[in-house]
Amino acid sequence: MTRVHDMGGRFGDGPVVPEPEDVRFHAHWHPRALALTLACGSLGLWNIDVSRHARECLSPGDYARFSYYEKWIAALADLLVGTGALSRDDLEAGQALEKSPLASRRLEASAVAGVLARGGPADRPGGNAPRFGVGDRVRLRRMAENLTVAGGHTRLPSYAAGATGRILRLHGTHVLPDSSAHGLGDSPEPLYAVGLRAGDIWAHPEHPQDEVVLDLWDSYLEAP
Amino acid sequence: MQKRLNPQAAFRGNLGQVRRQVSLACIEGLDFRCPLAHTCPMPHDHSDDAHPHSLLPSEPALRVKALETILTRKGLVDPAALDAIIDTYENRIGPRNGAQVVARAWCDPDFRAALLKDADPVLADMGFHGRQGEHMVAVENTDTLHNMVVCTLCSCYPWPLLGIPPGWYKSDAYRARAVREPRKVLAEFGVTLPGGCAVRVWDSTAEVRYLVLPQRPAGTQALDEAALSDLVSRDSMIGCGLAGAP
Repeated sequence: MTRVHDMGGRFGDGPVVPEPEDVRFHAHWHPRALALTLACGSLGLWNIDVSRHARECLSPGDYARFSYYEKWIAALADLLVGTGALSRDDLEAGQALEKSPLASRRLEASAVAGVLARGGPADRPGGNAPRFGVGDRVRLRRMAENLTVAGGHTRLPSYAAGATGRILRLHGTHVLPDSSAHGLGDSPEPLYAVGLRAGDIWAHPEHPQDEVVLDLWDSYLEAP
Repeated sequence: MQKRLNPQAAFRGNLGQVRRQVSLACIEGLDFRCPLAHTCPMPHDHSDDAHPHSLLPSEPALRVKALETILTRKGLVDPAALDAIIDTYENRIGPRNGAQVVARAWCDPDFRAALLKDADPVLADMGFHGRQGEHMVAVENTDTLHNMVVCTLCSCYPWPLLGIPPGWYKSDAYRARAVREPRKVLAEFGVTLPGGCAVRVWDSTAEVRYLVLPQRPAGTQALDEAALSDLVSRDSMIGCGLAGAP
């Protein structure tokens, strides 16, 4: 089993509500929540996989109840305490009495443009050679679970697990989130776009020609 | 009467020390599972109250303000840097970036071919790169194939090209339904595809981000790139809309 975030294919969520393009935020605190999360990310205490897993580790009740930026802020508080940047006492007191030894890592305003422009590429040298080529048929791992860490991070959605598809493209060699989210290293692997026929994953596909494509790592796949 | 020891209280007494040691180890090695994994016997089965975030005020605006105050006093966050980040996504990076790319692809066959073959260098030349757009792939709509983009596991989105994702893109409804019933979702955007057109939904499960190149509307031969880019809506570049008529 995976976690509450793994909702692809779920029934019961109601309509999707379009909105105008010029809406950037939906509450005055949203921009602050976004900026705080990005600024803290640049302290270098965690990577993107760790931060995604922190959001996924919210309790199912909180995950469902929280809006997007509430999830971000809750996970950020958990990450800051989990990495020791803040203490529970800091959070409880609502103020900090002393400077952090990590203050030298603070993101300065002058560095923002450069940090955002650089981003964090996920491709890495090394890893095994691709076992599959474009057009090859592959079967996705049956269990949508982290194989190393119980309840750990993975990017194999449960709706696709166990299905058979074909390789549409090779993306190069990328950091394996299942490893990177748990401090187990980048463990780079070939990454592929894999196409699945809608009729192979849904009992009631809308159209016989429709497809879903997922980006999947080499260890998520096997020869059918 | 014999005084009973409370094992939970004894456990709590040691916790501060354990947590400090663990925290230091975390910073060195990024040994992160879940903030409570180190002290919780069942790492992923703790109650809501045990999460550190529950120590902050529950009202979101107060919660964010409290965290910003704490982090600023700790010296971990510079409020001016927060302002700079907000300014970037409020005023500098948005869907007009992507619209320029689409309009150019409509006008310049060599550019279009290069973009579809290997988008990153082409987009970098236009200055569109960085956070959440490190690995871009452009996918083209045709008469027989309509592309649509979702992230079912979180809300991954090509920020340098499209800016901040819209509320609906981050909604449970879109994340849950786009992969299973894309045509019903498209109908909610007022889009109906002909029966001969297949839908291909890209679930952004890795760090690759997708930009949909919508079809160029008929009757736009006379328009230049700038005028064409005005026809390219954000939703059309996610695959939830079509490029507008002039």
